Amino acid sequence: MNSNGVSLWPELWQALGETLQMAVAALAIGGLAGLVLGIALYVTRAGNILANRPVFLVLNVLVNIVRPIPFIIFITAVRPLTQALTSASYGVEAAIPALAIMATFATSRIVEQNLVALDPGVVEAARAMGAGPLRIIVTVIVPETLGPLILGFTFLFVGIVDMTAVAGAIGAGGLGDFAIVYGYQRFNDVVTWTAVAVIVIMVQLAQFLGNFLARRVLRR
Amino acid sequence: MTAMVSLRDVSKVFEGSSGPVRAVDGVTLDIERGDVFGVIGYSGAGKSTLVRLINALETPTSGQVVVDGTDLTGLKERGLRPARAGIGFIFQQFNLLRSRTVAANVAYPLRVAKWPRDKRRARVAELLEFVGLTDKAKQYPDQLSGGQKQRVGIARALATSPALLLADEATSALDPETTKDVLDLLRRINDELGVTIVVITHEMSVVSYLCNRVAVMEHGKVVESGDVYDVFARPQQAVTRRFIGAALHDRPRPDIVERLRARHPGRIVTVAVQEVPGVPGVSITERLAAHGVEGTVVYGGITEVGARPLGSLTFALTGTDAAVEALLADLRQHTEVVDHTEVAA
Repeated sequence: MNSNGVSLWPELWQALGETLQMAVAALAIGGLAGLVLGIALYVTRAGNILANRPVFLVLNVLVNIVRPIPFIIFITAVRPLTQALTSASYGVEAAIPALAIMATFATSRIVEQNLVALDPGVVEAARAMGAGPLRIIVTVIVPETLGPLILGFTFLFVGIVDMTAVAGAIGAGGLGDFAIVYGYQRFNDVVTWTAVAVIVIMVQLAQFLGNFLARRVLRR
Repeated sequence: MTAMVSLRDVSKVFEGSSGPVRAVDGVTLDIERGDVFGVIGYSGAGKSTLVRLINALETPTSGQVVVDGTDLTGLKERGLRPARAGIGFIFQQFNLLRSRTVAANVAYPLRVAKWPRDKRRARVAELLEFVGLTDKAKQYPDQLSGGQKQRVGIARALATSPALLLADEATSALDPETTKDVLDLLRRINDELGVTIVVITHEMSVVSYLCNRVAVMEHGKVVESGDVYDVFARPQQAVTRRFIGAALHDRPRPDIVERLRARHPGRIVTVAVQEVPGVPGVSITERLAAHGVEGTVVYGGITEVGARPLGSLTFALTGTDAAVEALLADLRQHTEVVDHTEVAA
């Protein structure tokens, strides 16, 4: 895998490192914030432990507004925020806030969907035993849905890797950037497909890890 | 002593999509300490809502709920939590935490009540011993049978030594054999621990096996209540008769009477079998002989309710008209008699 007689492997490894850096940071920040937002959506629903129609409506509309924005537009639209937060306007660091915000909103829906599938009976049982809302969230709702949640986060990781490639296109580096600069723009399909292969392997490993953890949690 | 549970004109209205629904409608009820109190009704009668009003999972739209001397009606959510913790609740679908072991499930209410770890352990061991699941402590709910799951649910409900235990269709998801085990366990809890139990059910067999008092619910109202035997021996409401008929199958339906009449000569007569305390029983066969009437049992059923017999027998009676009339008049002084010939004529 060469370009003009120069090996591109060092660049590829660096790009992989950048992608991982972005994806892991976005998953960590967005995953946590999205978990909180998803739980908030779930518990404020009508009939649930902290049912609150105004709060639910505001959160719901917020998620519905942000989520459909195409990421390539979103990342440019939040540039002022990015600069304020990171004082950088390009590079890995600059891409992370936009990735994390988008990941938060994407996670919140995945979390909410998994929580809605929880049997309301176990929540009622905890209430009947005198448990308060916070305790129910921490000791019942999250542990009882942990298996599906892990699979949800795995799914999300794949989506984030996709977003990092988009971020790469506007200067964040990473495998997407690598594939475009060395593959697409230089008509070098070997480079493009090598980048694709690396992404596929990375995603496969993430999926494998996610499945493994979920199986352990579900004892299957 | 005050009643364990005292409901005064309690109503609960839910806002349904097609207008308000009165799930519980003006219920006044006292459940005494030591009672095993059955609440029987068809689905939608409001019994699940009623039991959730007793442990404050629902708050009444109007009326007053007093449990163990505490008026729940005036309390806010935060104040209701300790009240709920003091009332055991067991569920039709068990509602165990699948992510926790049997021991951890039983320990859960103790954690909520902030018991220290060593006391918690000792109490869990004691409870698992009581329900006979000591060897399952480290297993997960998914590895248990339905009956075992319900016993875990019962151990969990008893963890904080509540004086009141509510059972919402606790045996409805179980097979008949397991149902009996669970009912026996509930009876032991009442006998040995003195816990007052409220049993919600749609099966008369559960009430007649377990309860000393019963309330029959229909359309959110308690239509009949009292001593189990009195209610079932002399039902005042059609819905009560339906429950008894469904459990006992003792009285012939009109089409069965037709077939009996075609098959047997003589008058088809149903005689109720019941026991009134303090009144000596009457032998039907002795009465038959005394009046010179021949009788063949052609239909019927007798069961035990509260350890007393209840049911009816249907006879084909042959003899002179006068003798049969005299016999019926005699029996009517002691029990309920239905002459199907009269009904047809």
